Amino acid sequence: MKLITAIIPPDRLDHVREALIQADITRITVSRVTGHGRQEDIEFYRGQKIAPNLIPKVRLDIAVNNEFVDITVDTIVKAAKHGQGEIGDGKIFITPMEQCIRIRTNERGGSAI
Amino acid sequence: MVKKLSTSLLLVLAAMLVHGTGWAAETVVTDTGTTSWMLTSTALVLLMVPGLAMFYGGLVRTKNVIGTMMHSFGAMVIIGVLWPMLGYALSFGHGILGGFVGWDSKYFMLQGIDDTIMSTQIPEYVFAMFQGKFAIITPALIAGAFAERVNFKGYALFIALWSIFVYSPICHWVWASDGFLFNLGPMGAIDFAGGTVVHISSGVTALVAALFLGARRGYPRNVMHPSNLVMTLMGAGLLWVGWFGFNAGSAIASNLATARALTVTQMAAAAGAFTWMIIEMVHHGKATSLGVASGILAGLVAITPAAGVVQPVGAFALGAIAAVICYLAIMVKSKLGYDDSLDAFGVHGVGGIVGALALTFFIRPSWMAEAAAKVGGSWTIWQQLGVQATAVGVTVAYAAVVSLVLLFIVEKTIGLRISEDDEMSGLDHSMHGEQGYGLINPN
Repeated sequence: MKLITAIIPPDRLDHVREALIQADITRITVSRVTGHGRQEDIEFYRGQKIAPNLIPKVRLDIAVNNEFVDITVDTIVKAAKHGQGEIGDGKIFITPMEQCIRIRTNERGGSAI
Repeated sequence: MVKKLSTSLLLVLAAMLVHGTGWAAETVVTDTGTTSWMLTSTALVLLMVPGLAMFYGGLVRTKNVIGTMMHSFGAMVIIGVLWPMLGYALSFGHGILGGFVGWDSKYFMLQGIDDTIMSTQIPEYVFAMFQGKFAIITPALIAGAFAERVNFKGYALFIALWSIFVYSPICHWVWASDGFLFNLGPMGAIDFAGGTVVHISSGVTALVAALFLGARRGYPRNVMHPSNLVMTLMGAGLLWVGWFGFNAGSAIASNLATARALTVTQMAAAAGAFTWMIIEMVHHGKATSLGVASGILAGLVAITPAAGVVQPVGAFALGAIAAVICYLAIMVKSKLGYDDSLDAFGVHGVGGIVGALALTFFIRPSWMAEAAAKVGGSWTIWQQLGVQATAVGVTVAYAAVVSLVLLFIVEKTIGLRISEDDEMSGLDHSMHGEQGYGLINPN
């Protein structure tokens, strides 16, 4: 079992979510986060161009069984990219996951995902 | 420095003297009471625009809140420029082209009204600005129908064209002293504060626009939750408050007629909200805040044409009837599946039509007696209903046809419907390069 954590641009959230649903990955957790990356996000504030210190991103947490890792990652990479790819398109982290428990039934392991 | 000051003081004195003689020559003088109330009303009606921005902004998804609020503020900016330039002349000038629209070159840029005091004893500037606020809010209402899916540039062009080609002619017909609906029947088509001009015209355009542009991506399969109902409620509250200026100001007076309009406005809004609340409690078991807000609006919209002619009983009835019919209209919309995102047609179009027609049955007897006296015999409610239906029919047909043409032109030139990519990222990012909410959860 792996935990896939993806940091993606907020404006690609719908694209990624829909692509994941198409690929049958339907159990995800989404949160709004901010952070530093290589991207300098230019926004307008009263006509002034400003570069905020912390850039808003969306974080997806997806727990998957090993055979779903590749399809999940490929799907996110394809859907989160702006055009041919730009700085700021985000990152994906994969970590091994020790255990998964469904609270309702107390089921454990791969079937609980 | 001292010399400069004294010179300018002298100039001011001279100006005052000149002004004084000007006044002495005028037969009509300013009534300070009426003018004060009309200035207040003008400000109150403008307050409805940010109110509408909050109302609509709270109802869309987090990614579209700025884009949606900018539709209201965009109207404030664009019509704010256009109205004193052209709109006032087109609406309140003398009829040209066979009364199709008004025009008076002295109203261009409001040049010719610098000294004018109207027969209602207010400076014409106040009247022009008061009417300008109506011209601002009307196109902003339409935006509810195509929220979350239009290009800001296309929207800007559309409301500018719409204001010139739809709002101004209808406004001229209904409210200018030589407009043909103003003079229909013995006492004219009754539209006290904009049932046809504002609500039916914008509501019908909203329906046409929603059908022309098609549904939002994923509608109705995906649920699209309101981003912030707290803001929507604040907006509904501001609209209610502003509506006192909208209706009670439309008497262009500060007297009994004003008091009547204000009273029935208050009562219809409460009756509409109350009815909607009861319907929801019976139908769903819970009264929702959005239901109460919608009921307030339905009541206010319905009383708008009627505020000058109905008595309190009629206000209660109109508010309640409008709430029931608007509630049904929104249910029918869900069945039919067209995407009037924020129910601009369901509330303003339907509520406006209900108000303009149903008011006939609640007209105060003295009004009917006066109408009968004018026509020199009898004047029945059915004859007045015919007049009302004509005004409604003309407005619906004209607004629908011309709006469709304008939508087509805008869509084919600079584009109105945004690309799927932009729609998915949200208007805030794709149209404005901004974000409405900080770290609130996306929906």
